[in-house]
Amino acid sequence: MSYRDLLASLALAALIGAALPGPVACAQGSASAALSAPDVLVKTMSEDVLASIRKDPSLQSGDISRLNALVDEKVLPYVNFEKMTRLAVGRGWRDATAEQRQALTREFRTLLVRTYAGAVSSAKDYQVQMRPFRAEPAETDVLVRTQAVPSRGDPIQLDYRLEKTSAGWKIYDVNVLGVWLVENYRSTFNSEVSRGGIDGLIKSLVERNKAPEGKTS
Amino acid sequence: MGAIVVICRLAAALLLAGGLAACASIPPGAGSSPADPLEVYNRHMFDFNDRLDRAVLKPVAQAYEAALPEPLRNCINNAFRNLGEPVNAINNLLQFKPSDAMVDVSRFFWNSSAGLLGCFDLAASAGAPRNNEDFGQTLGVWGFGAGPYFVLPLLGPSSIRDAVGRLFDFLDTDPLWYMNEIRARNVLVGVRLIDTRASLLPAEKVLERAALDKYQFVRDGYLQLRRNLVYDGNPPRLLDPEDDADDAPPQRRQGSAGPARDQPPAPPAR
Repeated sequence: MSYRDLLASLALAALIGAALPGPVACAQGSASAALSAPDVLVKTMSEDVLASIRKDPSLQSGDISRLNALVDEKVLPYVNFEKMTRLAVGRGWRDATAEQRQALTREFRTLLVRTYAGAVSSAKDYQVQMRPFRAEPAETDVLVRTQAVPSRGDPIQLDYRLEKTSAGWKIYDVNVLGVWLVENYRSTFNSEVSRGGIDGLIKSLVERNKAPEGKTS
Repeated sequence: MGAIVVICRLAAALLLAGGLAACASIPPGAGSSPADPLEVYNRHMFDFNDRLDRAVLKPVAQAYEAALPEPLRNCINNAFRNLGEPVNAINNLLQFKPSDAMVDVSRFFWNSSAGLLGCFDLAASAGAPRNNEDFGQTLGVWGFGAGPYFVLPLLGPSSIRDAVGRLFDFLDTDPLWYMNEIRARNVLVGVRLIDTRASLLPAEKVLERAALDKYQFVRDGYLQLRRNLVYDGNPPRLLDPEDDADDAPPQRRQGSAGPARDQPPAPPAR
């Protein structure tokens, strides 16, 4: 069974698929979604992203600049990339300067977008189903559980962590099949920082993002 | 008996191929992670598996994918996974989940008959999706921790606990193992391996883009994934001190008079 497990861990594919789905096409819809309940936000966002992908062949083919535009315009309002990066970097973040923090957030985001570009073509075959959501009204940090159901095959667990901010709920972590994005990058980032400092990590990310598709260093 | 022969053959093959594995790059500080004390060995084995995969298994899987139409590959994949239902059922019983075990058993009979030897997953279409259980998870449910991460020769990512679990699944509950016709069994085992590898091809592309260090990425993913499976998709949240790293700029230290930040919040009044 370990190959199937490996498959699953590789299916981080979907993981990033989950991190970046973009929200609604109409600005009015997005504005209200950001202020609505966290589960509604996730539902609206997932459905709208899938809809955008289904009707745009250039997104399906993994066109990075199109995807970046989609993320800028429609995902950014719902995702706290800075918090995501901060948690992934861990204790190194405290010593990072403002410029370094900006660079880390930018490069990490680029890495996620590039990864998503490789998986987006299969995303159109999935439907997102919400799973039961419970939260006290006063909570400011919640888990929203969903699953991605493919046209054929087993459903894929897809959960989000959201934090309530003054600008509404923001996603800061996502998991696929129980593998949390932040957690999965943390030890790699830690090793990079202990080897070459914050600048070493930034450099590795920049190089990774410059590497031609499908090549690992 | 057969198992021992296979293991001996594998060992021989490993020795022969050992030359392939000479040069994994081992970063400084390897083995310092509490989850991975065997990192130096693991990285060598990971590298070895990777080379062997690229030399043999992956090209074969790609050829298989190119040669067979998708519906046929789906059918084969379903049929092999259908054979895994007894493993699911037994382990669900061992985990004190008899109703899940019942689902596995009825899936098995339903898909084996009306689903044409498992070619079609009718039970899933009827609203009874497949469970994913194995003896490693059962050990986890019984309270055994994963132990050190452990990369198995040929089989890939595992842990000490899951390696023990795999051995159990392999020897006792793998249906192919009970076939009397040895040659046919070996063919089926081979096709199953290729089928599994082929089903990994799309995900692998994503891994290549996502990982800074493929070894670490796969390792951390594997460990999280297994923990999630032991808890059937609902694990308690890991509390990590770094989660509380402050949002604010670095140098904002409070005097020591106030309550410490690490202190747990007061329980809500009832």
